[in-house]
Amino acid sequence: MWSFEKLTEWIDTSLRSCMSADGALLVEFVLIGIAILVGYALLALFLIYAERKICAFFQCRLGPNRVGKWGIFQSVADMIKILLKELIQINKSDKMLFRLASFFVIIGSVCTFGAIPFAKGLQAIDFNVGVFYILAISSLGVVGILLAGWSSNSKYSMIGAMRSGAQLISYEISAGLSLMVIVVYSGTMQLSEIVAQQADGWFIFKGHVPAFIAFVTYLIAGHAETNRGPFDMAEAESELTAGYHTEYSGIQFGFFYLAEYLNLFIIAAVASTMFLGGWQPLHIPGWDGFNHVMDYIPSFLWFFVKTCFCMFMAMWVRWSFPRLRIDQLLGLEWKILMPICLINLILMSVVVIL
Amino acid sequence: MEGIAQIVIFYILAVAIVACSIMAVTSRRIFRAAVYLLVVLLCTAGLYLLLNYHFLAVVQLSVYAGGILILFIFAILLTSAKGDRTEPHDKRRVVSGVLTALAGLGITSWATVKHQFLYGNNPTVLGDHETNMKVVGETLMGTGKYEYLLSFEALSILLLICAVGGILIARKR
Repeated sequence: MWSFEKLTEWIDTSLRSCMSADGALLVEFVLIGIAILVGYALLALFLIYAERKICAFFQCRLGPNRVGKWGIFQSVADMIKILLKELIQINKSDKMLFRLASFFVIIGSVCTFGAIPFAKGLQAIDFNVGVFYILAISSLGVVGILLAGWSSNSKYSMIGAMRSGAQLISYEISAGLSLMVIVVYSGTMQLSEIVAQQADGWFIFKGHVPAFIAFVTYLIAGHAETNRGPFDMAEAESELTAGYHTEYSGIQFGFFYLAEYLNLFIIAAVASTMFLGGWQPLHIPGWDGFNHVMDYIPSFLWFFVKTCFCMFMAMWVRWSFPRLRIDQLLGLEWKILMPICLINLILMSVVVIL
Repeated sequence: MEGIAQIVIFYILAVAIVACSIMAVTSRRIFRAAVYLLVVLLCTAGLYLLLNYHFLAVVQLSVYAGGILILFIFAILLTSAKGDRTEPHDKRRVVSGVLTALAGLGITSWATVKHQFLYGNNPTVLGDHETNMKVVGETLMGTGKYEYLLSFEALSILLLICAVGGILIARKR
């Protein structure tokens, strides 16, 4: 299978041959930064278009269909519009924190984005505590949301931010515990190692019942963490106008919007990395011919198809279920989901010991 | 990582830490002070990353940025009103604070200069010294010599007591 390591190594050696080691390092930092940001922005455009189309089909509409064939350039047009919009200053708001909040949200999301293994050898950050890193850095977003709610000087934003903060820190527990199930099974936290272990069968098939339960609980908890779907109490538009980003305009609002969509992608990508084998092709032990054919499909295609499958399920849920009340939402996490996750973790430990 | 890059990154982080710590102490808006504190904690995590100690960096991120600072922010949100500013400190407190800070700086720099570092003075062991996650986990959960299961469990009981106490105080009618 073709590995992206050859490409990155070629860039590294050719840079080092024409400049000093520090210069090469600097150029590589900049290149990786640009690559991640461009990938981030392009994925956001794709996701916004996909969401609008899928939402439209669920509601028996056509969705965007004017800009370009099937409206594929609709989100590009929206992007240009949002870049040209005026940034409105809010009276008596804390201006510095108001601006900073959107950056916290986007930094947390970009840093998580960098740790995802997109294809064979295509991963910017590969710590031996990878899973832990993803859980830790994504919690920066909560700070951004709370800051946004506080500094906007608006009751709607404040209530939205409090709800969102309570929701995010509650559901983080379930998300973490479901990922721990896989960590217990694989015995490592390094994402590249976890993906490599799934070469002869994805964890959702290999990991018996607990892995499947963990997959479902992770999808639910992750869905709640993205503030979407039946869990969007934080921005319940019928009661809070738009929640914590009510007062934001222009590209500052765009940052929140972007981070929300990319968090959806990140949750789906982590789910497919941990449970569905990441970029590993579908291998069935014993079927050598079949496995060999599957190897010809490029690794990034495998990754994106799996991730799109998870994202489609998230969109499906979002446009199918009515919104929960905030007490039901927190009750679901603390009384149902977390006990299930804890029991599941014990179950997986038993499976590993036996 | 190469030499110059490491030094440059270190100085950027160091300047950010010093500037934000001073601003966290002198800022008169409590919410801003909390945010400056967050930046200090994040930059400290950056320093650990620079030392190749990924585990500690991530713990720093999740415990401080994800846990303690969110707790601070919730406490501020629940107790202080919008636009609250603290009173300017009186002269005596400022002077005594500055003196204490300088004394602390003196003691720590004296200790740092005097201390014989195990790895720093021994060029043969320089290089990548990453403590593996597996080693950390097994040491934390082991029962043998130099392993910390008992203290880990004792700490978790302490935290449980804190949580129960907090609920008891909050539910008092």
